Amino acid sequence: MAKKQLVRVKVNGRDRQAEVEPRLLLIHFIREVLELTGSHIGCDTSHCGACTVLLNGKTVKSCTMFAVQADGGEILTVEGLIKDGQLHPLQEGFKEEHGLQCGFCTPGMLMSSYALLHNNPKPSEEDIRWGISGNLCRCTGYQNIVRAVQFAADKIAQGGAK
Amino acid sequence: MIPPAFEYLRPTTIPEAIALLQQHGDDAKILSGGQSLIPMMKLRIARPAYLVDINRIAGLSYVKEEGGFLKIGGLTRESELEASPLIHSKYPLLVDTTHVIADPQVRNLATVAGNLAHGDPANDHPASMLALGAQVVATGAPGERVIPIEVFFVSLFTTALRQGEILTEIRIPVPPVRSGGAYFKLERKVGDFATAGVATQVSLDDKGAVQRAGIGLTNVGATPIKARKAEDFLRGKKLNTENIGQAAQLAADEAQPSSDLRGPAEYKKGLVKELARRSLSRAAQRAAK
Repeated sequence: MAKKQLVRVKVNGRDRQAEVEPRLLLIHFIREVLELTGSHIGCDTSHCGACTVLLNGKTVKSCTMFAVQADGGEILTVEGLIKDGQLHPLQEGFKEEHGLQCGFCTPGMLMSSYALLHNNPKPSEEDIRWGISGNLCRCTGYQNIVRAVQFAADKIAQGGAK
Repeated sequence: MIPPAFEYLRPTTIPEAIALLQQHGDDAKILSGGQSLIPMMKLRIARPAYLVDINRIAGLSYVKEEGGFLKIGGLTRESELEASPLIHSKYPLLVDTTHVIADPQVRNLATVAGNLAHGDPANDHPASMLALGAQVVATGAPGERVIPIEVFFVSLFTTALRQGEILTEIRIPVPPVRSGGAYFKLERKVGDFATAGVATQVSLDDKGAVQRAGIGLTNVGATPIKARKAEDFLRGKKLNTENIGQAAQLAADEAQPSSDLRGPAEYKKGLVKELARRSLSRAAQRAAK
């Protein structure tokens, strides 16, 4: 077995660290070592985007990155969206606009949408569709996901949470 | 899927990285964006004993014009190219290309240099770099050497990079005025490899005749293909419907696709012709602006 390496990261604002094998994927580190199971493993082949998290402010597919690569970085997972017991406007939007059915893709959809709204607070429908183009949904046909993101953009623009 | 075990090495300078690559020879692979390498490791297509992670080497991420060249650093991410105002102002071919590579998450990690160094004819930047007449800088223990892109792709997954060399920079001659380019790709869905793709870059003289035409083809052969006959045909000619149609036919003739799940070879040749026609037409519009 390869020598274990220390990985130190800040996850949802908390400092976390663990010694891990270099081959441990970031998604397994998040789910099994840190026990944050909100991020999902879908295809495990870098297609579906269910494992999407933010690393240093950018979306990555955590099934296609080693935990050791994230050392020193800041990670935001779906568990980090809620603030003081209040749902993030995106979470509210997915609820209000029925942006999910089975919910499996939702954590990844939320993180991609979060990054999109951070860079582009007033996205057009096309911007939203491009923004979530790395996330697959088998239930909704995407219509309600687009509406959910529009809901969140409107809410944030009206002075809801950031 | 859990990749096979490996030793993880994280150099912080280019000489340190080169020394590690030399020390471990064929057992070592460079880990850059990892968006092709890690999936290949999961599938056991690649089983490196050592991964040399070059992501912590400072100063390799940039997009700038200098000395008559556009220079793209060896660690520049696709998303950085996509967001660069310089690229948007003068390199529409690169905007088109980077926008259709994989998806946003993959582009946040994948590097432009890795897209070339992987040597995969299904990747998109090889065609655009062939069209632009790029050069790549390979840095090894003896120093730097500059490799013209047309001799860089040797065979399937094999490039002119030698053991112990790192692709540290891509250089593209700054296009003269009245230049334009475009990339057209057909993919079954976002993130799939191209069924076929055609990159074109043209420069016109003050009478509207072609001074230089560059045409690169994606995923229609064992290596990315430079459509030389189509390029030669266009030189000195106007980009009218007839000439564009003839050049598109020549490009299709130069394609060497094989039949697979994305379609029969004959269909792909027809596709190259149509994509070349569209790509040249768009490039001509952009050059005339």
